[in-house]
Order: sequence, then C-alpha cells, then structure tokens
Amino acid sequence: MVPLQFDPGDQVVVRGDFPIGHFRTPVYVRGCRGVVVRYLGHFENPETLAYCLQTNLFALFKVRFRQQDLWDEYTGSAVDTIDLDLYENWLERG
Amino acid sequence: MDSVGHDHNHPRQSDDKIRFYYQILGQALKELLIEKRIISASEIQLAMEKREAATPANGAKVVARAWLDPKYRKRLFTDANLAVAEFGLELPTTRLVALENTPKIHNVVVCTLCSCYPRDLLGLPPAWYKNKAYRSRVVHEPREVLKEFGTLLPDDLEIRVHDSTADLRYLVVPMQPSGTDDLGEEVLRSLVTRDMMIGVALADRAG
Repeated sequence: MVPLQFDPGDQVVVRGDFPIGHFRTPVYVRGCRGVVVRYLGHFENPETLAYCLQTNLFALFKVRFRQQDLWDEYTGSAVDTIDLDLYENWLERG
Repeated sequence: MDSVGHDHNHPRQSDDKIRFYYQILGQALKELLIEKRIISASEIQLAMEKREAATPANGAKVVARAWLDPKYRKRLFTDANLAVAEFGLELPTTRLVALENTPKIHNVVVCTLCSCYPRDLLGLPPAWYKNKAYRSRVVHEPREVLKEFGTLLPDDLEIRVHDSTADLRYLVVPMQPSGTDDLGEEVLRSLVTRDMMIGVALADRAG
C-alpha cells in the first residue's frame, strides 16, 4: 500500500474548490486550516460511488478545526473544536 | 425582481410537496424491485421490522456497561464495533466510534450533509436531528443550541462537534452522574437517554 500522505499532527488546508457533483466535504470547511487527528482507514470514493461508477479507495482522515478559525463571529469559547472525516483528495499540506 | 427577463417569482416548493413526491417515487421503486424479483415484499418487511426494533435501549446497555466495567470501557474506545457485538449488536456495514465525554471535553454529534446516525444503537433519529435548523446551527453555535436543550456548559469545557461526513458513525458516552456508583447495571441503563448519546444532554440532569 502507498504510504499515507498525512500523519497525526500535520497541518492541512481543505481544498477551496466548489465543483458540481456529490461531495462529502461540507462547504463550510473548504479553504480552511485544520490538524490531522488520525487516519481512519481506506473507503470507497463517495464521489464516484454516488453515480454507481467504479470507485477507488481513498484514505480518510479525521481533521480537527478550531471553531474560531471557521467562523469570524464565533461566540462560543476559544477552546471549542469541530471534527470532520475528510478524504485525502480534499486535503493539502498547510 | 431577481434578473433581467425574469419578472415573476417562483414559489418555493413546500416540504410537504417534496415529501409527497419522494413517497410516490419510493413506492414506485419498491413495486418495480418486487416485480423484477430483485427483492421480495417479505424481505422489505423484515428489514423494516429490524430497523424499527432498534431503540436507544441498545446504546444505553453499552453506556451502562462502560460506566461499570473499566475493561469494557477500554474495549469500547479501542474498537466500538467489537465492544457492541458483545451485546449481540452486529454492525456489518457501519464503522462505529465511541466518543468519551470527560471533565474537559463534551462531544456532540451532527450530520450536516444528510442525517447519518448510529441507528443500530439509537433507533430512528428524532425529527429535530434531521431538521436544517439543528444541522446548520450546531456546527457554528453549539453552545446556543445546547442551551436550548437545557445543557449549559462552562467556557473552559471544550465543546467538540463531530460532523459525520463520511463512513463512520458516532456514539457519545456521557459521564456517569455523581452519586450513582452503587447502582446496578439495570438502574444505570435507565439513566441513559438518547439525547445524552447524541451529546445534547448531560447524564447528571436525569440523575
């Protein structure tokens, strides 16, 4: 198996793209900076699976974001975070 | 008016209308699948009964055991699928992850993209979990949303929202209420509610 692109603790940026189709990367994290928490396994690519097309396996990573980094007017606490499970094709080294 | 050469408004389709449309579509699909012998009516019935048999009592068994037995707790946070299988809950197509509430971290679960939910452990999701209001708000104002559920948390407690965006499903394991150390497993189970396992309620409130 190809070595994983990211290790826990790596800073990443979510691709800031807005293509048309089926994606499991919410718009609110696109272009945002987070930290890889852990590798979750390889899963079928949902983007082609959604159209019943042949899929390949993508590495899935748990990525943690600070709420303050996501929302300009975040009113909660500075310690608050949000975790998302994101496929490797949406992550770039940050 | 919104654009040139477009001087009338399109009324938004009501949720009822959309629901009605998908009901018809679902019914047609079901009839076709049966007619083509891809799946039988009784198989559909069995699958629905199995789906409806799952209730939050399943999750409560897991949480109560995690409160009582430190070794089970460790297994649950190491491999939740294996740990819930000990209660006969086999989740062949779902990767389950248990999230540990601690004095420093409070976990809350949402699916902003649809309504992913650990159905085998919690049954069918409540209507509010599927509503746009909860799904859009809890990711950017979790403290306000939790407050509306009666859950007030101090500022130094980290609120960690988990957006189930992919193939994993999440179960929150609330902290055991204080003063319940002497209670037996059956009683502890009765203290665990669905909302605690989604992360919008604290176990202490029910104690």
